[in-house]
Amino acid sequence: MTAISDNTARSTSSPYGEAIRQALYAALLSAGLFFFFIGLESTQDISNRLILRSHWGVLATVVALVAIGRFLFIAFVLPAVDRRRANRGPIAVVAEKDQSFLRRHRFKIMIALLVLYPVIIVSTVGMQGSLKWVNNFGVQVLIYVMLAWGLNIVVGLAGLLDLGYVAFYAVGAYAYALLGTHFGLSFWILLPAAGIMAAFWGVLLGFPVLRLRGDYLAIVTLAFGEIIRLVLINWRDVTKGSAGISGIPKITFFGWFDFNVSSPNYIGKVFDIPTSGAYYTIFLYYLILALALLTAFVTIRLRRLPVGRAWEALREDEIACRSLGINTTNTKLTAFAIGAMFGGFAGAFFAARQGFINPESFVFLQSAIILAIVVLGGMGSLSGIAIAALVMIGGMEILREMQFLKLVFGQNFTPELYRMLLFGIAMVVVMVWKPRGFVGSREPTAYLKEARAVSSTFTKEGHG
Amino acid sequence: MTGQTPLLAVEKVETFYGNIRALNGVDVSVNQGEIVALIGANGAGKSTLMMTICGAPHARAGRITFDGTDITAMPTHEIARLRIAQSPEGRRIFPRMSVRENLQMGASLDNMQYFDQDVEKVFALFPRLKERIDQRGGTLSGGEQQMLSIGRALMARPKLLLLDEPSLGLAPLIVKQIFDAIRELNRTEGLTVFLVEQNAFGALKLAHRGYVMVNGAVTMSGSGRDLLANPEVRAAYLEGGRH
Repeated sequence: MTAISDNTARSTSSPYGEAIRQALYAALLSAGLFFFFIGLESTQDISNRLILRSHWGVLATVVALVAIGRFLFIAFVLPAVDRRRANRGPIAVVAEKDQSFLRRHRFKIMIALLVLYPVIIVSTVGMQGSLKWVNNFGVQVLIYVMLAWGLNIVVGLAGLLDLGYVAFYAVGAYAYALLGTHFGLSFWILLPAAGIMAAFWGVLLGFPVLRLRGDYLAIVTLAFGEIIRLVLINWRDVTKGSAGISGIPKITFFGWFDFNVSSPNYIGKVFDIPTSGAYYTIFLYYLILALALLTAFVTIRLRRLPVGRAWEALREDEIACRSLGINTTNTKLTAFAIGAMFGGFAGAFFAARQGFINPESFVFLQSAIILAIVVLGGMGSLSGIAIAALVMIGGMEILREMQFLKLVFGQNFTPELYRMLLFGIAMVVVMVWKPRGFVGSREPTAYLKEARAVSSTFTKEGHG
Repeated sequence: MTGQTPLLAVEKVETFYGNIRALNGVDVSVNQGEIVALIGANGAGKSTLMMTICGAPHARAGRITFDGTDITAMPTHEIARLRIAQSPEGRRIFPRMSVRENLQMGASLDNMQYFDQDVEKVFALFPRLKERIDQRGGTLSGGEQQMLSIGRALMARPKLLLLDEPSLGLAPLIVKQIFDAIRELNRTEGLTVFLVEQNAFGALKLAHRGYVMVNGAVTMSGSGRDLLANPEVRAAYLEGGRH
């Protein structure tokens, strides 16, 4: 009864008047609450007497924020939620009818934005200021996008839960670091070599775990990841143990120009432009963007080929696959190999970007983060995974920037220390709000008239 | 019966689950162009025989030959490549793939070379599947899923079609539709069918020949009509259970 009357009241009276009223209430309430929490602070003065210090400015800010938040929630969010609820039909068929320009070309627009990103950053904050933004947000996020897309082949498409994916990342990184420093080979030769080596290790892992599924497979792959890391730590003759490998050569632009200030082919000398460290970062950005797009392209193509179709069928029902004449052994091994190969590419890139690697970069937490990105994004969905990587990795980086939080929590507050806590909270919230990930629907690869996405309501939790 | 070599010959096959013997020296043969039904109670070993033919699990003793090839120890996917298609127990369609994708999986043996012409045949047989073509397998009704499972098996252009309990859990009208479709396929295409059924009445009426299985061994065999008339069979499987 109350719910019904509440609804009618909401729809009849103007939302703004109601919102202002509610905002005032909220402001009053928060002022009363925060008066003691924020407004007053008890400290000791120079002669050790207890005194009260007041923070009226901060209190006013907080109260204002609460009021504005309440106003926005009542005036805009609630009506939007109501409208969505009213629009939702009895059957959960995803309507793809509103084909606006933005919606139809959303992938092209996204890629164009990604390509223009460094240009925009450089033109707004200048060459030197762009370093942080392109490196921390661009390159860092794209590495994880690529890793998550690679893992998506194994977990999202073939349905093989892999908790040791970071091992292939490590193999790629060490392959480039060792071969690059010892033999001075070029990145462009070692990139495919690192990929092949990682794929080889993927097959090697694949063989013993062919008969395992689900939890059992997860445990063995977890152990595999740890074995690789421990070998890297203890095989000191080759890997230099925990000390790591330094002086890993930078990538050159196919030998045409490079990014060493002392070298005769330095980009600044070749093009006659001023010296700056930002060129290399921007170059790395475009390189990882290209590698990530290659991963996406290969995944999309493979999904339409028999092998990709077989992966998805394998995820659904292994026994049915075999009775249809699909060699499940080969199918699983190709999934492991191709997934590992992209991990190896990313690893080689990572080593070249850092210039220094040690086993600390390849701990289990990395595997967990990559898997979390795949799960949060919605298994099998490339766009969902990209969004998840942006939110998780970009979000962690942005926390470093949130110095204004010190105003609220005091000068001793360091937002970075709470990264993992916020990370955890964010994951819980997303899983409550969208249990099948950001993009839980699955686009069929073959259709008669139009691609009807399968609503996430019909997809099992934890699957795409 | 006729002296010709059977398409599928199961000779003295024994299958074990661990130490438990599920099949105890089974002899079954299926000739080219025949519909053969295997009936029996729960736990008699009917589905085990079906799975043993497909190589999962393998027979521990005895011999299975198909079209002159010994398939006793072959891996499942290679057996399937000899054109033994199966609609397994519990249908086992791919629930999150569309009907079309499911059918494409069935046609993957020939790299979908004959997909367009074969899919029309399946649709002629089961028009309901055509209406549901872009729908996800998991959202179909039980009967439609069974049709999809059989349709997917047919897409592989089988020489022998194995059906494990096609009537399980379906309404009598749908069961009749599916049995009619099997009969039609056998008559027009000469498709050889070996089916396992609990619905003994329907299966024996459909089949040319039948076998009765009890406790992992074949106890009786004969033409479908003879078995239907047999008082022992009637008492055990038909009385009170006529569908």
